[in-house]
Amino acid sequence: MAGKSEPIPSEAIAVHPKAGQIQLGLVALALVAALLAPQFLYPIFLMKLLAFALFASAFNLLLGYTGLLSFGHATFFGGAAYFTAHAVKIWGWPPEAGLALGVAGAAVLGLVMGAIAIRRQGIYFAMITLALSQMFFFFCIQASFTHGEDGIQSVPRGHLFGLIDLHDPMNMYYFVLAVFVIGLLIIWRFVNSPFGMILKSIRENEQRAISLGYSVARYKLGAFVMSAALAGLAGGLKALIFQFATLTDVTWQMSGEVILMTLLGGIGTLAGPIFGAGLVVTLQNYLATSDFPVTIITGLVFMTCVLLFRRGLVGEFFASKTGRRLGFRSGS
Amino acid sequence: MTMIFGIPLQALMGQLLVGLINGSFYALLSLGLAVIFGLLRVINFAHGAQYMLGAFTALLLLTVAGVNYWLALILAPLIVGLLAALVERTMLSRLYNLDPLYGLLFTFGLALAIEGTFRYFYGASGKPYAPPAQLSGAVNLGFMFLPIYRGWVVIASLAVCIAVWLLIEKTKLGAYLRAATENPVLVQAFGVNVPLLLTLTYALGAGLAAFAGVLAAPIYQVSPLMGSNLIIIVFAVVVVGGMGSILGAIVTGYLLGVVEGLTKVFYPEASNIVIFVIMAIVLILRPAGLFGKEA
Amino acid sequence: MNAPLLKVSALQAWYGESHVLHGVDLHVDEGEMICILGRNGMGKTTTLRTIMGILRKRSGGIEFAGQDMMSVPLHKTARAGLGFIPEERGIFASLSVEENLMLPPKVAEGGMSVEEIYELFPNLRERRTSPGTKLSGGEQQMLALARILRTGARCLLLDEPTEGLAPVIIQAIGEVLVKLKQRGMTVVLVEQNFRFAAKVADRFYLMDHGRMTAEFPVRDLPQRMDLLHRELGV
Repeated sequence: MAGKSEPIPSEAIAVHPKAGQIQLGLVALALVAALLAPQFLYPIFLMKLLAFALFASAFNLLLGYTGLLSFGHATFFGGAAYFTAHAVKIWGWPPEAGLALGVAGAAVLGLVMGAIAIRRQGIYFAMITLALSQMFFFFCIQASFTHGEDGIQSVPRGHLFGLIDLHDPMNMYYFVLAVFVIGLLIIWRFVNSPFGMILKSIRENEQRAISLGYSVARYKLGAFVMSAALAGLAGGLKALIFQFATLTDVTWQMSGEVILMTLLGGIGTLAGPIFGAGLVVTLQNYLATSDFPVTIITGLVFMTCVLLFRRGLVGEFFASKTGRRLGFRSGS
Repeated sequence: MTMIFGIPLQALMGQLLVGLINGSFYALLSLGLAVIFGLLRVINFAHGAQYMLGAFTALLLLTVAGVNYWLALILAPLIVGLLAALVERTMLSRLYNLDPLYGLLFTFGLALAIEGTFRYFYGASGKPYAPPAQLSGAVNLGFMFLPIYRGWVVIASLAVCIAVWLLIEKTKLGAYLRAATENPVLVQAFGVNVPLLLTLTYALGAGLAAFAGVLAAPIYQVSPLMGSNLIIIVFAVVVVGGMGSILGAIVTGYLLGVVEGLTKVFYPEASNIVIFVIMAIVLILRPAGLFGKEA
Repeated sequence: MNAPLLKVSALQAWYGESHVLHGVDLHVDEGEMICILGRNGMGKTTTLRTIMGILRKRSGGIEFAGQDMMSVPLHKTARAGLGFIPEERGIFASLSVEENLMLPPKVAEGGMSVEEIYELFPNLRERRTSPGTKLSGGEQQMLALARILRTGARCLLLDEPTEGLAPVIIQAIGEVLVKLKQRGMTVVLVEQNFRFAAKVADRFYLMDHGRMTAEFPVRDLPQRMDLLHRELGV
């Protein structure tokens, strides 16, 4: 196989002694901004941003930290959207239970898809996830509970824990923000856990990990299911935010979109996917009102990123002078 | 009316033919993908877009320049091949040292850009393209009516597949290709212009896709979307066949096309996904694929 | 005195960040066979690969037949008349013996014809339709040598031709090299087996940690045995 002299970039490592404090400061700043944001921007727009930021972060768990490119994450995102929508609308479940079902459903889908795809590596893995995801798409077209082209509409948001009315946009926003923060904390915790460390060593030198006795397939599958479950959390959220679930959410184009967000923002960084999602969602919003062909722009951005900005915005920032002064270094 | 397994013979033969035709396209396209992947180690996601470009080039050649189908069969692959060579020279070749996933992502972006452009100018609906007069009409074989154009598609694709196989296995150029697939640096050290070989290979793959597009135009109509859903099925075909051999790609393409056609007769709800199901089964039982050499 | 056919001056090379050649100097006259001796990892193979242009992170001077080779791209280096036969031989599995033989393009007149090659290496004629890697190690080495001889190359860069081969085959290879010398071929040989090299080479270089530490003609070999025993540990 052709030489792999430049692998997919791994996470930025903080080396400056004050870096920990600087990072904490930036996070605090971001949190304050998030709490105040709905005063200045439309809550629906912000919620969409948060849902996709969570989706991209979940995807990055697989690509950035495990080195596996999945082209089928729309299955988990859109599938969970369907499960949550169905539970809340048809079975009358409260929103938190609906979300939980979405997560569980996505995890199961992740287990099945992952178990099959893990049997091959690298490029084949990507192609298999794409094909399996397409299979799920065809299933969704035909299944009755998805209502095909119409999708599941008028999904009620319900009352959180029976108390908080989520139809109030501010309540919904803070709920989404809370879920987003929890999701991110889970990812952060996972990446820094012993499991996460082993994943990193597998990504860096799989042969060595095997020789050390680790069941590499099981670790990869674990990461896959984790990533799928969190993508499902984002999908379920999305169903509640927009109050519908459609076929668009399970298409390969959606899978491609989340890859773009992660690539653009910075693979293997915690903040990258969030920035990438923010950029893409903002761009889409802006272009939606104009006549401009979004697909062309998406395609061109993809090509440009791969050719010139492989580290993504955040990755490039970490590698730049300012980034290094702040104590970050883009590892590779 | 003759019946086989409870299905009228006419219907069975009709679906078998459809399966053979689909199989022809699967074979041509997975052949192109395998050729490109073998030497360049790139999964050409843009293959579906190049297929669509072939069909559109034929359409435009006809409507704008009055160029007929037969000339289009030759010109469209040449034009698309040339454009592909340009892309390879200027952009794709920069990615060869990197993780092969970047090649996939780049060609994915290329596919979106190409399809988006055509969707913008031509809308999403399909445009008709008439088969040439010499190939229209049908022949009565007794147990079924065979539309001549469809018979032509199967023959033409088979001929091209065999021609490509001969090129790779029996000619000097093919020897360069096979050797460069194994050890590109050594072949270059012998004085063979391997970078040019890479460009030509990508152009050949794209040209094959474009040829398939021209063949497809009279059957499936010409639409900007015609490539994107097809390419994913072809990926599945390629995973089933394994990327190791050219012959494997061809055989698997026809085989899966026929299986899909037969499924439509006996169990129509599953016909959309049967190839994916087979892919899943093959992956569990024989991960390298039916003809694959690498695990 | 004529200028040497191949002249290498202050050649440095890097594998990524790793500095592997620290200023190699050597020269070869036309028709001469020189041998680079040295322990494993001292840079012998790297020197050949750098001269050929396979390793491109390099600096210094490489002059072949009066032409500066530093800026010549890899696929044009063979056309200048340099032929490379790697240590691992590089026989292609997906090609038949004859396809392997015919693969390298002709770079000049004066190469051996296919008939002459089959006379010199009758085994290859017998097995010419077998897949290349079905040959034994010795036969593969013959094939690797033969295909370059076909091209008309003026100077061979030959990396450890006798490695892993039985004494009978080694002798056969030695005979081939002597015949090549008689035809006026220039050879840069890398060998660990200096007893073999002593039978064919005109001049020796000793290599240590990426630079040449000694140079002597073959007639001085007996005086240098102590040095060689020390350096090569044999």
